[in-house]
Amino acid sequence: MDAEHAVDGWFVVDAGGDAHLLGARCAACGNVSFPRFEGFCRNPGCEGTEQEEVRLSRRGRVWSYTNAGYPPPPPYVAAEPYTPVTLAAVELAGEGLVVLGQVVPGIGVDELRVGMEMELTCGPLADGPLVWMWRPAAAAA
Amino acid sequence: MSVRVIGVGMHPWGKWGRPFTEYGVAAARAALGDAGIAWTDVDFLVGADTIRNGYPGFVAGSTFAQALGWSGARIASCYAACASGAQAIDIARTRILAGLCDVALVVGADAAPKGFFRPVGGDRPDDPDWLRFRLLGATNPAYFALYARRRMALYGATPEDFAAVKVKNAAAGALNPDARYRKAVTAAEVAASPVVADPLRLLDICATSDGGAAVVLASEDWARRHAGRDRGPAVRIAAVSTVTPRFPNTVLEMPNFATDSSAATTPPERPFRASIAHAAYEEAGLGPGDLSLAEVYDLSTALELDWYEDIGLCGEGEAEKLLRAGDTALGGRVPVNPSGGLASFGEAVPAQAIAQVCELTRQLRGEAGPRQVEGARTGIAVNQGLFGHGSATILTR
Ligand SMILES: [Zn+2]
Repeated sequence: MDAEHAVDGWFVVDAGGDAHLLGARCAACGNVSFPRFEGFCRNPGCEGTEQEEVRLSRRGRVWSYTNAGYPPPPPYVAAEPYTPVTLAAVELAGEGLVVLGQVVPGIGVDELRVGMEMELTCGPLADGPLVWMWRPAAAAA
Repeated sequence: MSVRVIGVGMHPWGKWGRPFTEYGVAAARAALGDAGIAWTDVDFLVGADTIRNGYPGFVAGSTFAQALGWSGARIASCYAACASGAQAIDIARTRILAGLCDVALVVGADAAPKGFFRPVGGDRPDDPDWLRFRLLGATNPAYFALYARRRMALYGATPEDFAAVKVKNAAAGALNPDARYRKAVTAAEVAASPVVADPLRLLDICATSDGGAAVVLASEDWARRHAGRDRGPAVRIAAVSTVTPRFPNTVLEMPNFATDSSAATTPPERPFRASIAHAAYEEAGLGPGDLSLAEVYDLSTALELDWYEDIGLCGEGEAEKLLRAGDTALGGRVPVNPSGGLASFGEAVPAQAIAQVCELTRQLRGEAGPRQVEGARTGIAVNQGLFGHGSATILTR
């Protein structure tokens, strides 16, 4: 049984334990959105109204990254004692999307650089529920 | 046909702990006094809303009208995040251009909370602005820091460049009686301040402030007929651009989790911020080469450098060169943020874009005192905020 997700329908964890972001693809124009838009397509040149759920690429390259030197304010629940949360915006080439996420605990900004390969995983927030997270991609994979 | 700025006024920025209405009314009275007219001469008041001060903040036009004394003037209120003030100016200007009124007052004021801007209270899992805090702890400075880091990776910007922006703006702000921070800052002080969002430090990031700003706009005819006293050269609004992004927007914007996808469509010729300025240049029939000065939204020091490129002062990746040459400092080729910018003011959201226009007006009139840009003829004020809002306003004399 999966641990509780911090948000419904944004990602899944498959039987093998791999996390996947869930996007939506417009059946008419192929535009991909994350988080999923329901119904009408956001492409202004498309009148499509049917979106199909797609699993986004699990790998991408760092577009940029940062951290939170101070505990973020509520509704974020910061761990005590607080260690800086690292954030990475990762570019998924296939989907033409940049997706922001936390980086797994233990990886600081000094271990990241723009362009490096990342892969998707998930991990718990300080109060328990799971969110998607990025981690440096395993070298051999 | 054009619209004239006949009066400007501000309540100094600070952390005064007073109701926002007080700042707005003080600014409005100062602007009316500057224009040499009475509140009862105003046909139309537009208030830029504040979302952190309850119902009165959502109907700012009404709140200020009542506080100034009900006069029967028509009112409007608008909210457009950081562009609220510019949108309020645009609403006033278009009503004047349509011939539906002669004199309009535009007011914005805010009383800001301490520390990080946080989402408005309550659990709202459908609101991306709430969710980004809940799921990621992604504050506003986190987004500024993503842009800053990318500048470093792509163009070789350094933390020393970012600090130099602060030093420059603090030097200008020290000369501005309306600024909140009026002290020179050294690069060493920036470097010694704590990291808020790597690579940005506390002194790289603008604070949140209380403040109020107002402008009085009038039709060309009315201004000519009522030229009561010499206010120096006539200042005109040459353009107000409030364009939205074009799909797909491939820059990660606050408060979003992701960009639009560029898989099925081609990204636009100009990214969003550049398109805001471009539309204003087109409307004014002017270009970056015509600028005497610029007021840009330096939410962070690094973001000021992005703006140099977005408003066409230099090519992509060349902002650091411009900064290092002193071109954008007071006395340089085209001073940027001669007011001291957000670095010296801190952000009072609905007042900020109006304050930028106050500064342009004072500069074009030659009334900016020790921070005067010599021979200023044309200025641009730009900003970008949440949810696809942004503005560029061009003033000329
Ligand atoms: Zn579509």
